[in-house]
Amino acid sequence: MKNILFIIEKEFKQIFRNKAMLPIIFVMPIIQLFLLSNAATFDIRNLKIGINDNDKSTLSKELFRKIASSNYFVLTSIPKSISEAETELDIGKIDIYLEIPPNFEKNIINKNIDNDNTIYMLFNAIDGTKAGLGNFYLQSIIGDFSGSIIKYNKSIYFSPEEMIVFKNIGITYSNWYNPELNYNNFMLPGILVLLVTMIGTFLSAMNIVREKEIGTIDQINVTPIKKYEFIIGKLMPLLIIGTFELIFGMFIAVIIFKVPLVGNGLVILSFGIIYLIACLGLGFLISTTTDNQQQAMFISWFILVIFILLSGLFTPIESMPEWVKYITIFNPVKYFIEVVRLVMLKGSGFGDIGRHFLIISVFAISLNSLAVMRYKKTNI
Amino acid sequence: MYDIEIKNISKQYGDVIALNNINIQVRKGEIFGLIGPDGAGKTTLIRLIATLLVQNKGEIKALGYDTISQFQEIRNKLGYMPGRFSLYQDLSVIENLELFASIFGTTVEENYNLIKDIYSQIEPFKNRPAGKLSGGMKQKLALSCALIHKPELLLLDEPTTGVDPVSRKEFWEMLSKLKNMGITIFVSTPYMDEASRCDRIAFIQAGEILDIATPDEIISNFDDKLIAVKSDNKYKTLQDLKTLNTLRYVYPSGEYIHYVDSRKEYSISGIMEILEQKGNTNIELKLIEPNIEDCFMKEMMVRANERIIH
Repeated sequence: MKNILFIIEKEFKQIFRNKAMLPIIFVMPIIQLFLLSNAATFDIRNLKIGINDNDKSTLSKELFRKIASSNYFVLTSIPKSISEAETELDIGKIDIYLEIPPNFEKNIINKNIDNDNTIYMLFNAIDGTKAGLGNFYLQSIIGDFSGSIIKYNKSIYFSPEEMIVFKNIGITYSNWYNPELNYNNFMLPGILVLLVTMIGTFLSAMNIVREKEIGTIDQINVTPIKKYEFIIGKLMPLLIIGTFELIFGMFIAVIIFKVPLVGNGLVILSFGIIYLIACLGLGFLISTTTDNQQQAMFISWFILVIFILLSGLFTPIESMPEWVKYITIFNPVKYFIEVVRLVMLKGSGFGDIGRHFLIISVFAISLNSLAVMRYKKTNI
Repeated sequence: MYDIEIKNISKQYGDVIALNNINIQVRKGEIFGLIGPDGAGKTTLIRLIATLLVQNKGEIKALGYDTISQFQEIRNKLGYMPGRFSLYQDLSVIENLELFASIFGTTVEENYNLIKDIYSQIEPFKNRPAGKLSGGMKQKLALSCALIHKPELLLLDEPTTGVDPVSRKEFWEMLSKLKNMGITIFVSTPYMDEASRCDRIAFIQAGEILDIATPDEIISNFDDKLIAVKSDNKYKTLQDLKTLNTLRYVYPSGEYIHYVDSRKEYSISGIMEILEQKGNTNIELKLIEPNIEDCFMKEMMVRANERIIH
């Protein structure tokens, strides 16, 4: 037991003597939270749109105005034809092309349902998210528009049957737990998780493998110190730093970035500690399968990139293919991101996320036992 | 009583045989030298004794304990200094020393008298990071750390490699002092001239032990007539000597070529004449006494010849 303390003391000395370490611990979270929370937003504004109004009627001008004055779009061009629009899409002058058919107003007023009165839209879908959101925004503007025709244009009378055709179904909605759809609130907790994951996995993988690489592990191995004492002594300081990082990051998120903390921070903290133990176990496992820091670095990256992309932070897991969803079951990052969002934004307590606690504990135990087993095999 | 008993040890790395059926017994309180060139298997053998590796065959007892089943007992009483500097470079001299003292459940003060001679030389730099010490000082620190828990057995893997001649001499004097304190020392070295510092030595080559004896015995057992040859063109002379059909073995040694004839009795001037006939100039030929290196070369050459014959 005393030996663990000696190793912890030695580790802390080494960590804080490393001049790169303090900036990593204190500056990295601030930069990451600041940079990523502002960059990694799904809120798309200023989509470049070109509108071709072939009708030039009151109604079509009304629609034109509605779209052009929206925050989401900037009118950058008024193409005369679809071929002109295609050229402009090619050179990037516009992202979206919208064409209002001739006789648009006439068809509506005459209730010419049989005539084709379709609004034509063209999207630059190189960036799928951008195209999808642009489509969504336009649809809602047009839907809104068609609704307003019925409501306010008293000059046109619609029978109830006709109203169904035009109005379709009105949708009203409200966003619970994040009413303003603030992407900071959504992203920051997730980025916090990434931070803790990186500290836990990278530092532990590097730390143990470094002793192997420099040869210091030989000198330690011939002492009476037990394997488990050495490993606990090495992982404990990283657990402490990681926990500190989590608390520090949460403070920044809540105080500087004003992310609401609806639930209890202690729930996140206790989950975070178990999660960190799992991460440390992963790093430890990586270090037992590698001989030098370079290998450890690459393997950590390989695993973490997959974990992060399949974590639901950037793309919702629900929209992933079935087989990928099964893979995400084995992704610890996913569970912590869910927990942080649930607790911070929704206010879930221990009872609500018991399943998450159970799963992450299984991760922590199995990763660490696996690592210990491998470690025993490769060393006496 | 033996402090190290190595019985029929073989160790393989994949297809490479590092050690082949090694048998060595090291007596309590002696300095035992393991002497051989790079790649002979010295480090592997020391790491096996240090409980850091597991052999494929045979058994090793260190201080009476089996290196596999009782490694924990050995580690308490063993001092090990690896060939590569393996202390924490970012910790200071005193921090390294204190760390190893505390892991062994002792303090620097308690065993200070044991390391005093060595440590006092680096004590002025005790707050310097170990990585910033000179080569000789690193080696003294490593030895201090290996001694801090008062080990009964000291394993030193090429402690003098890369160390200047003066420091090497000093180092061997320190080992003699440690021996006088009753510590058994097992040391490996590629330097033949260090063999005379040991009580007994073992020649190791390509994973096999060639000979085990005291340095004096090894030299007195050398019963060949050894001739040192020197000329203007050493390379040509060496090639010419190799063509002699009375040759037993020949090898360059410093500025001379050492030559042994297969005949017991013959005249040196005969060799001289042949060399002159072959166009060598300024030839110097003399009968010399063998040193440890000659003994090692003989063992190696004779074995190699036997292999070719078989």
